[in-house]
Amino acid sequence: MNKQHYNFAYLDEQTKRMIRRAILKGIAVPGYQVPFASREMPMPYGWGTGGVQVTAAVLGRDDVLKVIDQGSDDTTNAVAIRGFFKKTAGVETTTQTREATVIQTRHRIPEEPLKAHQILVYQVPIPEPLRFLEPRETETRKMHALSEYGLMHVKLYEDITRHGHIATTYAYPVQVDGHYVMDPSPTPKFDNPKMQRMAALQLFGAGREKRIYAIPPHTEVVSLDFDDHPFSIQQWDRPCELCGARDSYLDEIVLDDKGKRMFACSDTDHCERRQSAQGEARHG
Amino acid sequence: MVEGDMKHGPLLRVNRLTKFYGARTGCRDVSFELWPGEVLAIVGESGSGKTTLLSCLWGDLMPTAGSIEYRMRDGRMRDVMRLSEAERRLLMRTDWGFVRQNPADGLRMNVSAGANVGERLMAVGARHYGNIRSEASDWLGRVEIATDRIDDMPRQFSGGMRQRLQIARNLVTGPRLVFMDEPTGGLDVSVQARLLDLLRGLVADLSIAVVIVTHDLAVARLLSHRMLVMRGGVVVEEGLTDQVLDDPQAEYSQLLVSSILQA
Repeated sequence: MNKQHYNFAYLDEQTKRMIRRAILKGIAVPGYQVPFASREMPMPYGWGTGGVQVTAAVLGRDDVLKVIDQGSDDTTNAVAIRGFFKKTAGVETTTQTREATVIQTRHRIPEEPLKAHQILVYQVPIPEPLRFLEPRETETRKMHALSEYGLMHVKLYEDITRHGHIATTYAYPVQVDGHYVMDPSPTPKFDNPKMQRMAALQLFGAGREKRIYAIPPHTEVVSLDFDDHPFSIQQWDRPCELCGARDSYLDEIVLDDKGKRMFACSDTDHCERRQSAQGEARHG
Repeated sequence: MVEGDMKHGPLLRVNRLTKFYGARTGCRDVSFELWPGEVLAIVGESGSGKTTLLSCLWGDLMPTAGSIEYRMRDGRMRDVMRLSEAERRLLMRTDWGFVRQNPADGLRMNVSAGANVGERLMAVGARHYGNIRSEASDWLGRVEIATDRIDDMPRQFSGGMRQRLQIARNLVTGPRLVFMDEPTGGLDVSVQARLLDLLRGLVADLSIAVVIVTHDLAVARLLSHRMLVMRGGVVVEEGLTDQVLDDPQAEYSQLLVSSILQA
C-alpha cells in the first residue's frame, strides 16, 4: 500500500489528541494509570500495541526513532515497529541511542544515560502491579488512591520466605514521587535505578489493558524493599565477552548443542559502540 | 459517666440502626452499647437480621438510618459513617478485626501463613522482614499453630487451623474491637470446643471487645457476657447472657431456648 494512504504516524489526528490528553494527565500525576480509548493496531496484543500508540501520539516530523526489543535493535519486534513508523510517518530511524529523540522499548532501558530532549516509551503488558494480589479493579484503584501498599510487601515477603531473598527480577515494583506504586513493565530490576531522576520523559502504554502512565523528568522513583533485605540489582561474575563491559546487563547466549554459552551485553548499540571505540584505539 | 474520664465510656454506641432492602426490613431500630473488653452475642434464627446488622457495623452495607459511634484511640467518640474512607479503612485494619465464618473469605489462600499474619503489620508500615516474621511466629504460637508451619499455605491447614490462623491475622495489630460471624460454624464439636477455649482465653487476656453473631446458644453461653436476641430484624430481648438463657422473657427467646436439643 502506498504510504500516502496513511495519516502521519498511522493514527488519525483525533485519536492522537485523545492519547496526548491521557499522556498529559499521566505526566501531571506521576505513576497514575490513566485509562484511554486504546485502538486496534495492525499487530497482535502483546507486541507493543500500547507503546506504538504512545509513540504515534508523540512523534513529530523531525523526530529520530529508535526501537529496541530486549535491548536489541535487530529482533523481529524492533525491526517491525521501526519499519511501521518509517512507512507511515516517514521519520528518520536509528539504532544509536544518542541520536534518537524517541525510543520505544520492550524489556530494557538503554545503558547510555538518556538526556532531557529524549522520550522513552515502554510497552507494557500488565500495568497493574497489584493485579495478581488483588483481582478486583475497584479495590486496586482504592488502594492506589489511599496509598495502601501493604499488599505489595506481602508479595516481597513471600519471595524471601520461599527463596531466601527477593526473587522478583523483572517488573520489580517502584514507588513514584512518594505516592503511586507502579509496574515498570517487564524490564529487569537492573534497570530500575536508571528510572530514578532520569532526565528524559518516560511514558508507558498498555494497549490491551487500555492504560497510559508516565514519569516526568527528574522524578523520584524508589524500588520497594525491606530494611533487612534491601533492593539490589543483578551482578555477573564475568564481563561481556564482546566488549568487556562490567557494568552492563548481560544476556546468556547458548552457542551450540553441547551447552557452550557466552555472556554478552543485551544493549547491542552500547556493545557495538564500545567495540568500535576499542577497535579505533587499537588501529588508530 | 465521670466527666473527663473519656477513656472509660462505651467503646461502641449503636443508635437506632436500620437497614431496609427496598421495602423489606433487614434490621430496624437496633440500639446497644458495647464496653471495652465486653463480649456481646447476637443470636437469632437465620433471616433474623444478625448478618445485616454485622455488615452495617463493619461498613460492608450502608445503613438506611441510625448512627454508629466508636471511641477512637484518642478517647473521642466518632461517627464511623462520617469518617473519611482513608480513616475508616485504617481503623478496620488496625483497631478492628473481622473473623469470618469461612476462613477462605478472611485469609489470603495463596500466600503463606506467615504472610497472612504479617499483612496487617506491613499495611501499617512494618518494613523489617525479620521483625515481621518473628511477630508472625509469636502469633502462630498463641493460636496453637506449630511455628514450623509458618511457611505453609493455608490450604494445607485443616479447617480448625485455618480458623485459628484467621484469628491470629486479625489480632496481630492489637485491635480493641473484633466482629465474629459464626466463627465456629462448620467445625466438628471437639475442634469447636478447642477454638472456643482459645477465643475465650485471648479475649480475656487482651481485653478485646467482641460482637459475635451466632445461632448456637452454647457458643453464646460460653463466650459472651451479654446478648441480643433478634427476630424479623428487631431486637426482641436483651440482657446478661445467663439471665436471658436461664429466664427468657420474650416469647421468641423462650422458644429459642427450649429448642436446644438436650444431649
